[in-house]
Amino acid sequence: MSAPNPVWTIARRELASYFSSPVAYVFLVIFLLLTGFFTFTAGAFFERGEASLASFFLWHPWLYLVLVPAVGMRLWSEERRAGTLELLFTFPVAPWQAILGKFLASWLFLAIALALTFPVVITVNVLGEPDNGQILAGYFGSLLMAGAYLAVTCMTSAMTRNQVVSFILSVVILLFLILAGFTPVTDLLVRWASPAFVDTVAAFSFMTHFDPFQRGVIDSRDLIYFLSVIGFALFATGVILRNYRAG
Amino acid sequence: MKAFGAKRAVDGVSFAVERGEVLGFLGPNGAGKSTTMRMITGFIPPTDGSVKVGGHDVVEAPLEVKRLIGYLPEAAPSYPDMTVAGFLSFAADMRGLAGDAKKRAIGRVIDLCFLDAVIHQSIDTLSKGYRHRTCLAQALIHDPDVLILDEPTDGLDPNQKHEVRNLIRELGASKAIVFSTHILEEVDAACTRAIIIDRGRIVANGTPDELRAMSDLAGAVTLHATSLGAEALTEKLAALEGVSRVEPVDGALRAYPQDKANAGALAAAVIALAGREGWRLDMVRTEEGQLDEVFRRITLPDTVKERAR
Repeated sequence: MSAPNPVWTIARRELASYFSSPVAYVFLVIFLLLTGFFTFTAGAFFERGEASLASFFLWHPWLYLVLVPAVGMRLWSEERRAGTLELLFTFPVAPWQAILGKFLASWLFLAIALALTFPVVITVNVLGEPDNGQILAGYFGSLLMAGAYLAVTCMTSAMTRNQVVSFILSVVILLFLILAGFTPVTDLLVRWASPAFVDTVAAFSFMTHFDPFQRGVIDSRDLIYFLSVIGFALFATGVILRNYRAG
Repeated sequence: MKAFGAKRAVDGVSFAVERGEVLGFLGPNGAGKSTTMRMITGFIPPTDGSVKVGGHDVVEAPLEVKRLIGYLPEAAPSYPDMTVAGFLSFAADMRGLAGDAKKRAIGRVIDLCFLDAVIHQSIDTLSKGYRHRTCLAQALIHDPDVLILDEPTDGLDPNQKHEVRNLIRELGASKAIVFSTHILEEVDAACTRAIIIDRGRIVANGTPDELRAMSDLAGAVTLHATSLGAEALTEKLAALEGVSRVEPVDGALRAYPQDKANAGALAAAVIALAGREGWRLDMVRTEEGQLDEVFRRITLPDTVKERAR
């Protein structure tokens, strides 16, 4: 039996630490309650009378705005506060392995939360004949978007030893990235800026790139967008942690 | 050298530790002990200068260096939500141990650090002493050639302190160990060599005996005689060849040698004098010198030294 890869070792420890505290269960319950509420009540699932999960995915960018930072805020700030960062970085692992391991663990946790929304898929299939390919694309896009949110939270979490500060910073950055492509905001911008400028700003937004997934379109540009947000934010996490250690 | 902004935390600290050596790292709080250790273990990069462990440079080949080192950080951090067994298993995985080797390694450190009573307990329910030893166990799990221990006895009760010192001494026979402390007895109890650093610089480096010899007290002869008045004794002693000065100490008298290297001769001379004069001596003792006196003398800021006089 060979020793496990350090990325996996770190990810497993991180994931176990979610489930060893009530945080994981509280989060899962709240996530499922909120998705249910937004889909059926606020999203008017039944009144729409169509066999799709549009009213389900519609709310994900907003739901994640608060819930993803709550999952990710402790990732690095807690290591800094407890001093375990010193332990982690004196084990024979490269910093990128630690960053990736912790990120993957939290992403997997979000994936579990997302997977637990499966009753809504069953419901819509019982009631009508939805396009399940579109639903799958929606889930895939939602998971990618959650990863991008999480990577940003990873970065803000590395900036401070205080989880609350990390949470607030993360929400502010994410809010900006959402609003840049949120239709009411772009409509406002168009009044005084050139359409090219508005398009450029909107191209940085989660909304612009999550939209095609909801319609069942998986475009390589949207894939590249989310993956580069993840890549960039994790790289920034590495730079921040290196600067912190260098003093 | 390590600079934080404009402040130089460690400057010109240079030393080598061989296998079989236990190096005590002494210094007042804030002297740069932890900073130096963090540079050795690769947690923080040096601003200037280099650290080599087992032939590998810590900046160029950090993973090779980290594989060789077992490290106990200053506050003995660990993940509070894990059990002791879970934490040690995690540390073993991180060190690349698997299967039987992992099981044996965990069993060994549990014995070494006396953890068997708490093995399935969650770390946040443990007392400070146990938490400390759990982190120490983590440092020993891969049987490293080099051990860097930042205040390994901090927060332990006297029995535990004693056990950890013995452990360090035993391990020191086959490893290179650097440990920091501000408890001077530990230098005697466990070290083969000690370095005193102050405000980021090495101010003394030697075996515990050599350091003690730097004490003012080293080689002084203390005697207590009942037959004669103190004044007369002082006069006679001061006149003796090789005596620099005589001071009263708690009813006895202490004669300081002019030449520390020749301190053995002083005791003989004092005894010979007593024989000639027919003094009744209750007690004659050659002083060894005290580490804390050396420590205080070389690490106190000059202004405080003046005041102490």
